[in-house]
Amino acid sequence: MDTLISALLLQAGYNAALVGIGAALLGVASGAAGTFLVLRKRALVSDAVAHATLPGVGLAFVAMVALGGDGRALAGLLAGSALSAWVGLLAVEWMTRRTRLPEDAAIGAVLSVFFGLGIVILTLIQTMSAGRQAGLEDFLLGATAGMLFSDAAMIAVGGAVAVALVWALRRPMTLVAFDAEYAAATGTDVRRVDLAMMALVMGVTVIGLKLVGLVLIVALLIIPPVTARFWTERSGRMVWGAAALGGASGYLGAAISASAPALPTGPIIVLVAAALFALSLLFAPARGVLAAMLRQRRFQARVHRRQGLLALARSEPILEPYTIRVLVAEGLLRRDGVATEAGRAEAARIARDEKRWEVAREIHRDAALTGRYDGLTPIDAVFTADEIAEFDRRLGPPMPVGGMA
Amino acid sequence: MTPPASLKLASHEGRAAEAAPGPEAALAIRGLTVSYGQTPAVFSADATFPARTMSAIVGPNGAGKSTLLKAALGVIPRVSGEVTAFGRPVAEARERIAYVPQRASVDWDFPATAGDVVLMGLYRRMGLLGRVTGAHRRTVRACLGRVGMADFEGRQIGELSGGQQQRVFLARALAQGADLYLLDEPFAGVDAATERAIIDVLKALRDEGRAVVAVHHDLSTVTRYFEHVLMLNVRPVAEGPVETAFTAEALDATYGGRLAATHMDSLILATA
Ligand SMILES: Nc1ncnc2c1ncn2[C@@H]1O[C@H](COP(=O)(O)OP(=O)(O)OP(=O)(O)O)[C@@H](O)[C@H]1O
Ligand SMILES: [Mg+2]
Repeated sequence: MDTLISALLLQAGYNAALVGIGAALLGVASGAAGTFLVLRKRALVSDAVAHATLPGVGLAFVAMVALGGDGRALAGLLAGSALSAWVGLLAVEWMTRRTRLPEDAAIGAVLSVFFGLGIVILTLIQTMSAGRQAGLEDFLLGATAGMLFSDAAMIAVGGAVAVALVWALRRPMTLVAFDAEYAAATGTDVRRVDLAMMALVMGVTVIGLKLVGLVLIVALLIIPPVTARFWTERSGRMVWGAAALGGASGYLGAAISASAPALPTGPIIVLVAAALFALSLLFAPARGVLAAMLRQRRFQARVHRRQGLLALARSEPILEPYTIRVLVAEGLLRRDGVATEAGRAEAARIARDEKRWEVAREIHRDAALTGRYDGLTPIDAVFTADEIAEFDRRLGPPMPVGGMA
Repeated sequence: MTPPASLKLASHEGRAAEAAPGPEAALAIRGLTVSYGQTPAVFSADATFPARTMSAIVGPNGAGKSTLLKAALGVIPRVSGEVTAFGRPVAEARERIAYVPQRASVDWDFPATAGDVVLMGLYRRMGLLGRVTGAHRRTVRACLGRVGMADFEGRQIGELSGGQQQRVFLARALAQGADLYLLDEPFAGVDAATERAIIDVLKALRDEGRAVVAVHHDLSTVTRYFEHVLMLNVRPVAEGPVETAFTAEALDATYGGRLAATHMDSLILATA
């Protein structure tokens, strides 16, 4: 626990602090960029892009060695990965546009072919350059052990550029994600916006390769946005919510993995993001599962209460057990089915409300007002006291329920 | 191909004044052919939708009405033909054109309120980085008010009924402040009161001097709502003022004899 707290306070050593900051920044960038990916419903394309980085990593290594370099220079490897990711992206694009292949089939094809090719290249490198461990397999699942200041700085710069681009392109990207046809009709180049969005995603993928690896980066692009979606109905807020959630996941995940030996950073970050997702799924106020259940139950109780009271007012028997339970719980009904004093009073009030609505619908032809009659809304929530007094004048004096008021 | 003389006269701004009297074309389509694959959906269509006029495009399902509008706007590529709006290529007249798609193919669970959707109509004017100002918000509210949706500004778009959604998309087009409105079946699936409300808004636009072009299916209201009509069935069958172009023969040709003669008579009689 102590180690976790010190990791959270960036006190767990230089390397852990770098990893924590880097992971947080990566989370912010991927959350923001991933939002439009999710809104455009192209989340899986990013998975193809991520897997398509692998051949590039291997080929870049080979090229750098052939040129007499070290082969492990991160900038070179990432440039290579970006290049092959771009080729993979264009391949998916081309296949969906030029052939009758559905996008998911194109994604599957590109993803597996590029990944397979990458593994072959990596295996060849390992057997040929025996002794000189390239460490290229770290790009699969990420590795933080040898994180350098320059690595963290690269994530910081790349992440900042990505966030700035998301901000600058938020309007065209929103427009295209919501209604591509309208976007095109107003002169937006939908294909260019889509490519820009994917380039953004690719950039985030590339800067995240070292930290979380290509297999799991897609989780950081997708989970924070869908988590944020539970908390808002506005796309603008969703972007920043996803950025915040991604940043928190990165930071928290890095701290947890630093607090114990042998906890892999990338997977832990993804698990933290998934935990935040699960919490939101359950507890978010408007779209969460529990809130929806509660709302549904409360609504049901209101319906039964009102129907039960109207039955009382008409001196009809109440048959449904649930209705009886609701009324008994409120002390409006005795267990033997006879209304209490309070129950009769409430029944009279509800019956009057219903009658007032009837009059209101007769007098007011205005659909905007009377259209709000749903059987549950009390009339004083819609009409003013003066208007209700007018309804009452037409109705005559109130009638007691059950004979003994 | 050279546009006919009337089209030249119709070009917008300045030159219209020196031209002989005649209707100015809000949207002129010349030799437009569009195809999905090898079969043309629209073939060699000519049409001139005048300014300050309500125009209808009628034709059976699959006649290419939506295709014509989309191709005119450049949403889908055209095989041949040229399209001008107010005398200029459509690409240069974007800010003067607003479009309401047929039952927008949008993601109804998208995180946007009715107000957000209407605000999208202002994106072009705001630019990439411009801020949303109070004036923009007032425009959004006013446009929602014009279509009777003022109370729904904060409602998530998927929580609206079909007719209400249709009105929000109309409000988005209104927010663009365009001079030419292209609407694809604005009355599909809306109740009589909403249809009334929408037609009032469109007529108000016309009275402000704007042009309205709407794809319309209800033949019984064509003569009441519109002044100009294009009858389309892959090829244009007839075009012109409703009184002269909307005839029984044209209807017969457009719908391929699938309309009963008695039914047609009642439609045409409604003209008188
Ligand atoms: N995306 C598409 N791919 C292939 N064919 C299409 C596509 N969209 C439309 N078509 C075909 O083009 C023709 C014209 O379609 P369009 O949507 O323009 O008709 P419409 O006149 O708008 O019909 P409706 O009254 O049903 O809206 C139809 O035959 C249709 O099958
Ligand atoms: Mg259509």
